[in-house]
Amino acid sequence: MARKVKMRIWRGDSKNGDFKDVTVEANEGEVVLDVIHRVQATQMSDLAVRWNCKAGKCGSCSMEINGKPRLACMTRMNMYGEDETITVTPLRAFPVIKDLVTDVSFNYKKAMEVPAFEGPEDLKPGEYRMQQVDVERSQEFRKCIECFLCQDTCHVIRDHEENKKSFAGPRFFIRIAELDMHPLDRLRNRKKKAQEEHGLGMCNITKCCTEVCPEHIKITDNAIIPMKERVVDVKYDPVRWLGSKIRKREGIE
Amino acid sequence: MAKATTGIKASDIKFDRYRFDVVVIGAGGAGLRAAVEARQAGLRVAIICKSLFGKAHTVMAEGGAAAAMGNVNENDGWKVHFRDTMRGGKFLNNWRMAELHAKESPDRIWELETWGALFDRTKDGRISQRNFGGHEYPRLAHVGDRTGLELIRTMQQRIVAMQQKDKKEFGDAEKYIKVFAELTITSILKDGDKVSGCYGYWRESGDEVLFESPAVVLATGGIGKSFKITSNSWEGTGDGHALALKAGSALVDMEFVQFHPTGMVWPPSVRGILVTESVRGDGGVLTNNKGERFMFNYIPEVFKDKYADNEAEADRWYKDQNNNRRPPELLPRDEVARAINAEVKAGRGSEHSGVYLDVSKRLPADEIKRRLPSMWHQFKELADVDITEQPMEVGPTCHYVMGGVKVDPDTAAAYGVPGLFAAGEVAGGMHGSNRLGGNSLSDLLVFGRRAGAGAAEYVKGLKGKSPEVSDKEIEKAHDHINDPFDRDGNENPYALQQELQNITQDLVGIIRTESELKESLEKIESIRERSKKVRVEGGKLFNPGFHLAIDLENMLLVSESIARSALEREESRGGHTRDDYPKMDPEWRQYNHLTTWSGKKVEIEAEKAKMLPEELLSLFEMDELKKYFTEKELAKGGK
Repeated sequence: MARKVKMRIWRGDSKNGDFKDVTVEANEGEVVLDVIHRVQATQMSDLAVRWNCKAGKCGSCSMEINGKPRLACMTRMNMYGEDETITVTPLRAFPVIKDLVTDVSFNYKKAMEVPAFEGPEDLKPGEYRMQQVDVERSQEFRKCIECFLCQDTCHVIRDHEENKKSFAGPRFFIRIAELDMHPLDRLRNRKKKAQEEHGLGMCNITKCCTEVCPEHIKITDNAIIPMKERVVDVKYDPVRWLGSKIRKREGIE
Repeated sequence: MAKATTGIKASDIKFDRYRFDVVVIGAGGAGLRAAVEARQAGLRVAIICKSLFGKAHTVMAEGGAAAAMGNVNENDGWKVHFRDTMRGGKFLNNWRMAELHAKESPDRIWELETWGALFDRTKDGRISQRNFGGHEYPRLAHVGDRTGLELIRTMQQRIVAMQQKDKKEFGDAEKYIKVFAELTITSILKDGDKVSGCYGYWRESGDEVLFESPAVVLATGGIGKSFKITSNSWEGTGDGHALALKAGSALVDMEFVQFHPTGMVWPPSVRGILVTESVRGDGGVLTNNKGERFMFNYIPEVFKDKYADNEAEADRWYKDQNNNRRPPELLPRDEVARAINAEVKAGRGSEHSGVYLDVSKRLPADEIKRRLPSMWHQFKELADVDITEQPMEVGPTCHYVMGGVKVDPDTAAAYGVPGLFAAGEVAGGMHGSNRLGGNSLSDLLVFGRRAGAGAAEYVKGLKGKSPEVSDKEIEKAHDHINDPFDRDGNENPYALQQELQNITQDLVGIIRTESELKESLEKIESIRERSKKVRVEGGKLFNPGFHLAIDLENMLLVSESIARSALEREESRGGHTRDDYPKMDPEWRQYNHLTTWSGKKVEIEAEKAKMLPEELLSLFEMDELKKYFTEKELAKGGK
């Protein structure tokens, strides 16, 4: 049941680039990545595309398909009309290396800035006890496959290179939230740091990140908004504000 | 077009040069665990990722990590786990590896919690454990059906934590650990018989890189991409297997390839994608097109006393495991894969030549979505199947290679090459002829740690006298990388890979015969000849055609190793089934196959396996041992 489909593929490097039109076969049940692979095997052997598992588990094949940030391995061809031209472009928020491959090192730099998990010192390995309901909140965020689609779509950095320095992005807001909600993490100033050092305040909760998340993590509702609310609580509640000045709230409790 | 650059002098070759104490090739579970250990021992470590950091094939592991913590059933312990592992591998396992693995895996899991891992919990707040094929008790620590992701992310974050600490202390996050993303290693370099470093290229730019390093840990994973239908990602091209062979080490038992019984079969583009064994562990049943639970017809003699022979008992087992035998859907993977294969061959398969796997009748929809979220997601989005209401169509898919680099169990040192180490799927021996589900994630933690420690000890033992990299080694490695650009010819690497995958799938697959194996060897040889005419289009900048031309050589070496070992072993055992020798033969249990590379051809040698020592042998009933060992062996009492 093969049919011919039309694709426009962005080809180029960090300096120049252009769209190339191709016509290629697509079979029943195929995803966009299958068709890109066919183009690669039959028409453009040096077409650069990043991918690994082809099962929606590794988050490598992030790209923009008809302008929308998506995983190419989870985007079915039959989502598009028979005569529709499918346009594939590299992620817009990151510098192009070649064709559909971008330099995502921004994200690894930001990962380095989030303080790691600090477990309790008085518990030995094997002595941790946590209830399922208490780990589930953090587990939702640990589903993240680091496809960076949320980073790509976030308008704070999508067309604003200048914001990248002071903005960690949704991927790292859920990382901070995950640690903040971890039942045994001892670092107590995570929300404050999110606000002051990672640019949480720049997010104006348009939920674009949640919309593109292939793992359906409720980034805005379950991570960003709760953190923003708590930050506001501490900042504007005079009693807690005073308390924070008297008691030591910084660092590890 | 890239210019011809082969045959030039080392002084004219452009490459980045790094010096480390240990280079870990591979950034999946085993590699990252090795790196953590080597860093903790005070060494400077390079971590080489073929893809981005955190994307290695470990992310795809679903079901869990087997460790006899006894959180769910307190009767569990290392001895029970050891027994299950040996049974699963049909006693061909390197017993010392199986022993270390069973003893150490609980500590490795608990350690992950202290690094931030969040496993699913029991009611009393401990790590929950689930049932899996071949494991006597619920034993798999898990996070829904995405356990591998949790493992790799935890270790990735552990590495970042160590780098953060180094930054605080020394002002340089990369003082001790540096991660090299999207870099392929193509040669192990040697000074005499010892490792002196390794050489490769950045995938992004094609620029060459030299690592001077007295120790190299291979943690490159598996070989699945040599087969057409596989659960493996593109990275599984057997790089470490090939690097070890070419460095002069040996592979052990390469004929044993695990076909996971349940991969997706429809639509064609997703064929092979894994359907976790947890579906069966959580109550999923296998049926044929007549609606029969056919697994009751496939319980082999050696397992008759452990598996239920009727539906009523099998169903009771989910509620009461102490008084009922296990359902046969939970037999070791090799048994289930062969059974499915036989059902389809007999015309009792599903619409798309698989069988049905149904969990919708056992569990309520909410529970399925909670326990198996990525399976629900995967079938819904890729196959338009709602697994809470409908059965899945599944069939065998190439999943894992039991064979691999022959290593010293305690230090993970590779056979014959001082300074070379191997851990995880690339290492052989641990799983014998068939791996139990869940034993891979624990394997890579246990032996990843041991490889890191082994490498650290080796490097410290050199007392600063590191082997040196010669110009000749650099020139050879450089030529190897650049060769595909200089060739005359017009073979397409993608087409050759596809042909190779078809050959291994059809002729070296689940069921093998002498004539087909011989045919496969001829065909592999002809592809090797044609691969010398592969010409790469375009330049070196992120060029997948170039990358594949390099990987293809590894796939050819691995495929030949598998086919040759399979041809030699005239019996059926675990992940090696010969139609012409359908029985398991205790005489053959006494032999492992060693694969070496002469520079021109793959050679196979049978090596006598070491007998289990008395204290391990005594963990089994004599009646059971008689099924696997010769009378002569048992008369000696394991001495």
